[in-house]
Amino acid sequence: MKFAVVQFPGSNCDQDLVAALRDVFQQQAVLVDYRTVDLTDYAAVLLPGGFSYGDYLRGGAIARFAPIMTAVREFAAAGGLVIGICNGFQILTEAGLLPGVLQQNHSANFICQPAALTVVNNQTSFTNAYQPQQPITLPIAHGEGNYYCDAATLAALKAHQQIVFTYQDNPNGSVADIAGITNRAGNVLGMMPHPERAVEALLGSEDGRGVFQSMLQTLTKKVVPA
Amino acid sequence: MIEQTATAIEASGLYEQWGLTSAEYQRIQELLGRLPNFTETGLFAAMWSEHCAYKNSKPLLKQFPTSGQRILQGPGEGAGIIDIGDGQAVVFKAESHNHPTAVEPYQGAATGVGGIIRDIFSMGAQPIALLDSLRFGELTDAHTRFLLQETVAGIGGYGNCIGIPTVGGELAFDDAYAANPVMNAMCVGLLDTTMQQKGQAAGASNLIYYVGAKTGRDGIQGAIFASAEFNDAVEADRSAVQVGDPFMEKRLMDACLELIREHPEAVVGIQDMGAAGLVSSSAEMGAKADYGMTLNLDAVPQRETGMIPYELMLSESQERMLLCVAKDQGAVVEAVFARYELDAVQIGEVTAAKQYQLYAHGEKVADVPIKALVDEAPVYQRPQRIPARLLTADPQQYQPQFTSATAVLTKLLQQPTLASKQAIYRSYDTQVKTNTVVAPGSDAAVIRIRGGRKALAMTTDGNGRYLYLNPEIGGQIAVCEAARNIVASGGVPLGITDCLNFGSPEEPESFYELAQATKGMSTACKALATPVISGNVSLYNESNGTAIYPTPMVGMVGLITDLALITTQDFKQAGDVIFLVGQTHSDFNGSELQKMLTGNISGALFDFDLATEIAHQQLVQQAIRAGLVSGAHDLAEGGLAVGLAECCFGQQLGASVDVAMPASWLFAETQSRFIITVPAAQAAAFSQMAGEQAQQIGTVTAATDLVIKTNTETLTLDIVTSKQQWEGALAW
Repeated sequence: MKFAVVQFPGSNCDQDLVAALRDVFQQQAVLVDYRTVDLTDYAAVLLPGGFSYGDYLRGGAIARFAPIMTAVREFAAAGGLVIGICNGFQILTEAGLLPGVLQQNHSANFICQPAALTVVNNQTSFTNAYQPQQPITLPIAHGEGNYYCDAATLAALKAHQQIVFTYQDNPNGSVADIAGITNRAGNVLGMMPHPERAVEALLGSEDGRGVFQSMLQTLTKKVVPA
Repeated sequence: MIEQTATAIEASGLYEQWGLTSAEYQRIQELLGRLPNFTETGLFAAMWSEHCAYKNSKPLLKQFPTSGQRILQGPGEGAGIIDIGDGQAVVFKAESHNHPTAVEPYQGAATGVGGIIRDIFSMGAQPIALLDSLRFGELTDAHTRFLLQETVAGIGGYGNCIGIPTVGGELAFDDAYAANPVMNAMCVGLLDTTMQQKGQAAGASNLIYYVGAKTGRDGIQGAIFASAEFNDAVEADRSAVQVGDPFMEKRLMDACLELIREHPEAVVGIQDMGAAGLVSSSAEMGAKADYGMTLNLDAVPQRETGMIPYELMLSESQERMLLCVAKDQGAVVEAVFARYELDAVQIGEVTAAKQYQLYAHGEKVADVPIKALVDEAPVYQRPQRIPARLLTADPQQYQPQFTSATAVLTKLLQQPTLASKQAIYRSYDTQVKTNTVVAPGSDAAVIRIRGGRKALAMTTDGNGRYLYLNPEIGGQIAVCEAARNIVASGGVPLGITDCLNFGSPEEPESFYELAQATKGMSTACKALATPVISGNVSLYNESNGTAIYPTPMVGMVGLITDLALITTQDFKQAGDVIFLVGQTHSDFNGSELQKMLTGNISGALFDFDLATEIAHQQLVQQAIRAGLVSGAHDLAEGGLAVGLAECCFGQQLGASVDVAMPASWLFAETQSRFIITVPAAQAAAFSQMAGEQAQQIGTVTAATDLVIKTNTETLTLDIVTSKQQWEGALAW
């Protein structure tokens, strides 16, 4: 299985995702340039954290226009697994692949710290390795992680179990403590915390492994045995 | 800007406004055999500034040890390089950005970070970590709060965006820095030794390439600005500050490293366009290789119109690099940079004649011997005078008087210099690149090296108060305390980089401080076998005639040979035995306690013994390697009581301690001490190893308080409440 890690100009967690998939999960992970127009070769697509195009305007506001985003849309529409982490989440909302927006943190400061989360939906392709309501701790590092959507959208997210991760001690002011959501179909996940920073005990936590394990379990099931 | 004629410059004395003395101006005329024109005068003013030429500090810097078995590159390049085995090397350097930070704190700090990163990747290394050493006035002052907030935002804004973790540093407050803050940035990189680069332009007909951002009118005369004293008209110098663009720098870094790794045959030399911009990078690269150079300024990518040669040469626009490219490899370079959508333009070539020649609009606008610019700056032996305060200092140590040690400790932990810096470093991305094993908050930060068992420990240190009371011993302590941080983290100190932040060298008392401090640092570096591999000098840190404390910042990197040896300061489990390495005396002059209780520091600095320091460091190294140690913490500002509280705060474990000393000594700042915790089963083994160098003083407990019995009073600190106060003292 080959994983595509999209490299936008300014992505800076791209190598971290590759390292996690390659070194910890022994998967083939490939850096894919933002000018790429075809993603059909890949089992899943990952949009990493960073500051795409410097994010001088707003997180993800320019990246949504990158040539590869057409391919990402097509990949998602065909049911492929797409995950956006931090800046990747911002890009997915800007591109309309996920509802809502990510605003500046309530404190107006960049925040880098461990965040206590609850896995509120462990029935997704990205969380099936976790227990129901499992408390986990993942690092956050963002300045624009305050998730916002209107009341109708929030009701829809709740009604369809699209809220996947919530903060236990909301650090950035997100509506309904939201840390991660999926699209209605459940094959696109956006999350502000960084699971790829929590896959090795040496670095302090292995709580992020579940995200990658879940994706692997999902993808393995999808492969029809020869 | 209007260009004056050579004779008009001589008549008007314009060169003096640019920082050249009339004697220096005379010397330039002798070197040229004629009057320098406008552009040439500007080139000399920049290249002969203290910032570029070290004309006041060179004789002092010569005393530093700079070589050693592991040293692959000492001072003189973008950064120093130390071999760490397996074909790998660590590259590091620190640089000051004090004056820009005082004037425009966000951009001043951001461009300080950007500049030091370029120094690291110009050596062919991948930057892996950033550290910052900051000094500000008292936080009660509104302007100081503004400066601090903007500086921290600028550091985070640059480091977070470019994706290099900011993992450590230090922050201290004192009125001495109110008008002239200190902002020193350090960058550490990892180098595959086969990729090592130099800033040289060798080989006639090889090409000079300009890559990166376009040149604008920002930062013109920045190096000259950095080499002058401050005064109330400082706001007028805003145009000498540059604006940073970390997104541009990320692409520039990635493109340069790709070129170096994938097309090594194309790159003859590479250098950052840092202080004094295009002139310093090009002239230094040519002079270093003993070649000359011609540049066509019309080809320089420009983002403004009508820039004159003087402006193009002296602009300090950020995110630019200069490359010397093998003569048939230009297309390769252009292709790599085109993929990153960056300018890569040939602007000149290397010449066998050792002249530095600039052309603009078809005319030759400068023609000077390249060595005259780079190597012929005058070197001054400045007069020194012992400051009066040192001659009249009371040799007795200040003896604190207080009624409650518990109350003193509670208050001491909330002093801004001692308080938790969590509120600061939570705004830095400390983990990007997923190699940060020990994040900010312990003695040194630790970054693992992928693919093996090695890691690097890194720290910055320095205490201007100690140097104010005794610059030589204070200089020794700065180096030793940095080493203590490395040792407590499980590392072997490898070498240092430094920023020498001092007052005007033209003031004999300031120059005495610089001379004594460098002497002390030198002695300590030799004793610890930690050569000085890079650094910078920031003089003229004065405002309206008052200098800051003499403040050398020591940046040190150590090698941890196995991940299993990484040691942190926090208590690990109840039952562990606490040892104190080193003796404690009534050493209070220059201490946090003296400052807190009297509002001032004074008297003669306490004694310090290098041999004892080294013995204690060796003991801790040996004990960690023997697998006896569960935690280790260097004792520094605030003394034993503060050190113990910090160990408790990590995992909210308490301690029961009994020491045979007066309660006031809990706050003494006697040097060369560590707190070590050892699992109970190994206490005897450690005791035997330590002999008289350490004594058992207590045990870690599951309680939530720190209890310290002394000869005069029992101190009891509630860990939960005091941790909140300690963490909240700097929150905003």
